[in-house]
Amino acid sequence: MIDNRLEIATMIAIEIKNLTKKFKDIVAVNNVDLKIYEGECFGLLGPNGAGKTSLIRMVTAVSPPTSGEIYILGHDLKLHSREIKALLGVIPQIDNLDPDLTVIQNLLTFARYFDIPRREALKRSIEALSLLQLEDRSNSPIRELSGGMRRRLLIARGLINSPRILVLDEPTVGLDPQAKHLVWDKLIQLKAQGITQLLCTQNMEEADFLCDRVAIMHAGKIVDIDAPKELISKHLGKNVWEIELDTDRENKIVKMLQDKGLDFQIAGNRIYLFGDEGTDLLPQLTAPHRVRNRPPTLEDVFLKLTGRSLTE
Amino acid sequence: MRFCSWRFIRVWQRNRDVFLRLWHAETPAFVAEPVIILLAMGLGLGAYVGLVDGQRYIEFIAPGLIAGYAMFSASFECTYGSFVRLEHQRTFDAIIATPLEIEDVTAGEIFWGATRAALTGIAMLVIASAFGLVHSPYALLIPLVCFLEGLMFASIALFFTSIVPSIYSFNYYFSLFITPMFFFSGVFFPLSSFPDLVQKLSWVVPLTPAVHFTRALVSGNLHPSLIISLIIILAFAIPFFLASMITMRRRLVV
Repeated sequence: MIDNRLEIATMIAIEIKNLTKKFKDIVAVNNVDLKIYEGECFGLLGPNGAGKTSLIRMVTAVSPPTSGEIYILGHDLKLHSREIKALLGVIPQIDNLDPDLTVIQNLLTFARYFDIPRREALKRSIEALSLLQLEDRSNSPIRELSGGMRRRLLIARGLINSPRILVLDEPTVGLDPQAKHLVWDKLIQLKAQGITQLLCTQNMEEADFLCDRVAIMHAGKIVDIDAPKELISKHLGKNVWEIELDTDRENKIVKMLQDKGLDFQIAGNRIYLFGDEGTDLLPQLTAPHRVRNRPPTLEDVFLKLTGRSLTE
Repeated sequence: MRFCSWRFIRVWQRNRDVFLRLWHAETPAFVAEPVIILLAMGLGLGAYVGLVDGQRYIEFIAPGLIAGYAMFSASFECTYGSFVRLEHQRTFDAIIATPLEIEDVTAGEIFWGATRAALTGIAMLVIASAFGLVHSPYALLIPLVCFLEGLMFASIALFFTSIVPSIYSFNYYFSLFITPMFFFSGVFFPLSSFPDLVQKLSWVVPLTPAVHFTRALVSGNLHPSLIISLIIILAFAIPFFLASMITMRRRLVV
């Protein structure tokens, strides 16, 4: 049977204290503190190189921290890595399905790593395949699966040990909208069953749709944590004005916005102006430039907090 | 350093399942080659070779070929085979996200490599018997000896695999280490036909004690020096087995 010897003592699913990861001269994760509660879907957002994958690798016990502590369901990861790994379902970003085995063999072999008895493993494999609508692919070799099927199989594999916590690294990257929505539906279904989810993603729509809370990571640190809605109202208010500029008038307009003490961000030949009231008139002042008004999104928060230029 | 747990058996089982699924794709080649060598060298070249004690040449090389091909089996499995699983298929990354640790993966790979050597030993023994070249019931111990020999070569191979940058590095491993050993460990010529220095050197080359062993078992001529052969095999196997656990962790758990 699965190793369930750990007593579950707390409502905190994942607790991270002063966690740091260094590679030679790079600090990938810089003194991070984080609490993820049982039953929540927690999003980890950040540009490439922000340290998300390093953080996730430490949490899933496949990478040792340089310093700091990690507790999973109240238990020290350093001391109980095997037992803790038995409680986690890890869905990696890189497809590491076993191409030497068929679809069902992938699941059965994985179940065996968790010491799930054969009969139970078969039952769970069939369940997981039907949950992700792969039941008619059971005996296919991996190379015959489409990208979307592989990703669904990775999720099915991550569920085989009935995990308490799911750790998902970009679960819908490269999927068509149909497959993406199928995966989202399943994640919502799993959350309803009480499975905690740590979701690492670049897709802001996905984070907004699925996550109760998100953390935005930048350069190894967590810049802010909150519910998506809260983050938007806290950082941006109710409106975003996008103003497209000609270069010759740019300096003048930027100066005007600065003088008024407004909250804005420049990216290329575009100004993003944030705020609630009082800013309504400004875009008119900047005419004849093209101006567009829209409600703010999580993506605006993300770009505001992590910058609009490439980070690596 | 950390040591493996009993869970290494899970990795061995994974490799066994893959072998049972795909064996027909590679085994014929593995059996055909030794048979061709046995016939070409044993009968062809053997017609021109007179051994001191009047033994037929094909009888001389048969036990050597058993040990030689057991070496090739374990070495291929834990170089090219393990490297593809390590780097190309990322199979080990998937496994260490489960209750298994990298040391279990390492031990599972090595024991599977040894199993492949034992399977080759069995196949070769059957072939040699079919040609009437086996004269002692002690030969039934050959799979066991091949397994031990396989542990040694799999450990050395996996250690090398854990430190090489690319799959092309194995060309060096085979052309500078494995293939020369095939010719300088008493498989094809008695060691006594080499100059003194080469003779002494060949004694500490890992294939030599294995050949010594299989030759003794096939002929039934057991003598005390087999203890030394066993010690040499263990003296290679144990340090490389332990070292590869350290280097695999260093490579994969970063």
